[in-house]
Amino acid sequence: MCLGVPMQVKSIADDVAVCEIDGVKREASLMMVDGIEVGDYVLIHAGFAIEKIDEDEALLTLQALRDALDLGLGVE
Amino acid sequence: MNLTRAFRDPELARGQLSSIIRSVAGLDRTITLMEVCGTHTMAIYQHGIRALLPPQIRLISGPGCPVCVTPVGYVDHAVALARRPDSVVATFGDMVRVPGSSSSLLREQALGAHIHIVYSPLDAVTYAQAHPEVEVVFLGVGFETTAPTVAGAVVVAQQKQLSNFSVLCSHKTMPGPMAALAGDPELQVDGYLCPAHVSAVIGADAYRPLVDNFHVPCVVTGFEPLDVLQGVAMLVQQVLSGSAKVEIQYSRVVKAAGNQKAQALLQQVFEPCDARWRGIGDLPQSGLRLRPAFAAFDAARKLTVSVEAPRESPGCLCGEILKGKVRPTDCPLFRNLCTPENPVGACMVSSEGTCAAEYKYGS
Repeated sequence: MCLGVPMQVKSIADDVAVCEIDGVKREASLMMVDGIEVGDYVLIHAGFAIEKIDEDEALLTLQALRDALDLGLGVE
Repeated sequence: MNLTRAFRDPELARGQLSSIIRSVAGLDRTITLMEVCGTHTMAIYQHGIRALLPPQIRLISGPGCPVCVTPVGYVDHAVALARRPDSVVATFGDMVRVPGSSSSLLREQALGAHIHIVYSPLDAVTYAQAHPEVEVVFLGVGFETTAPTVAGAVVVAQQKQLSNFSVLCSHKTMPGPMAALAGDPELQVDGYLCPAHVSAVIGADAYRPLVDNFHVPCVVTGFEPLDVLQGVAMLVQQVLSGSAKVEIQYSRVVKAAGNQKAQALLQQVFEPCDARWRGIGDLPQSGLRLRPAFAAFDAARKLTVSVEAPRESPGCLCGEILKGKVRPTDCPLFRNLCTPENPVGACMVSSEGTCAAEYKYGS
């Protein structure tokens, strides 16, 4: 039930965003989040954006995983 | 960037897995980690993670499937409301097939009741606005991820001055049962994979009391396979070093303080109350009910119905499964009398129930 879908904001009108992932579009309320702009990624749950997704943090997490590989930590 | 695909990269997953295997090589004890959230349970099954981990690491499923921990008496109450001639029960799809004591919403629908499946609580408000001749009762089930969306719907219904929208509220809050299970000597949980989206709302700091009182490591972990593997690696590191702290693996979404706007919405509409959890029992202040200011939207206060005395299905081990004490395959009903087509217990109904996951993906 706590599934959330990361979607990109395509347009905003009256605190409602049209969001898209893989060509699928949905409206989502922005009642719970501040400062959302077109182009941002948000986490959508049950018709609401519950949090903005921090792309820089996502890249840092992926980089940490890649660094471990490059250091040979992941190679059997 | 496609964030879902990025966190499913097989090469990075293999690398993380190898480093986990290396970290416990030679360890002669088992590290038991509980994935609290039903969405984690489903992700772990779906991606075959349990089978990939070394034998020293045991993953057990916890009480984080909201439909599964909802007591049978709540389903009976919803059934009784659905039988009212002018009611429409609006709900997320998961609740429809959950067996009550003698019926389910699906059965009532077959008998003529109006059950309306919605994607968002806001859809139920829109439906109520378009159908003033009926009372729309939304089934408020879910943890802190979902509860703010229901709070938002109630606020919108109030703004629209709707008199035909109400919520049958059974929301529950998360850290309480984790503390109850952390203190259970039978379980001996070495670390918690803390829920991703509940934590987006309540914040990682909500787990500090668990760390302080029970010295149990907590890592807030995302739902993609790379997230889960990294969360497991972080927990294993804590266990091996003897430390217990709150860490955030899912940093692209979760902050220490959480989403304060969502918290404010919860505070505005709901107040804490004692709650009954299937399998765990009564936990003080682990539920949410509508505040008196929103009594007009409380289906339990607004609509009088006669609800049958609750009876659990005999032989069903859902309660023990929700505490991580037994596996679905230990239940004599599993795959025999209890299947997704004909579920006996809620854990087989919900798409994130442990029994449903084992049935779909288990060996």
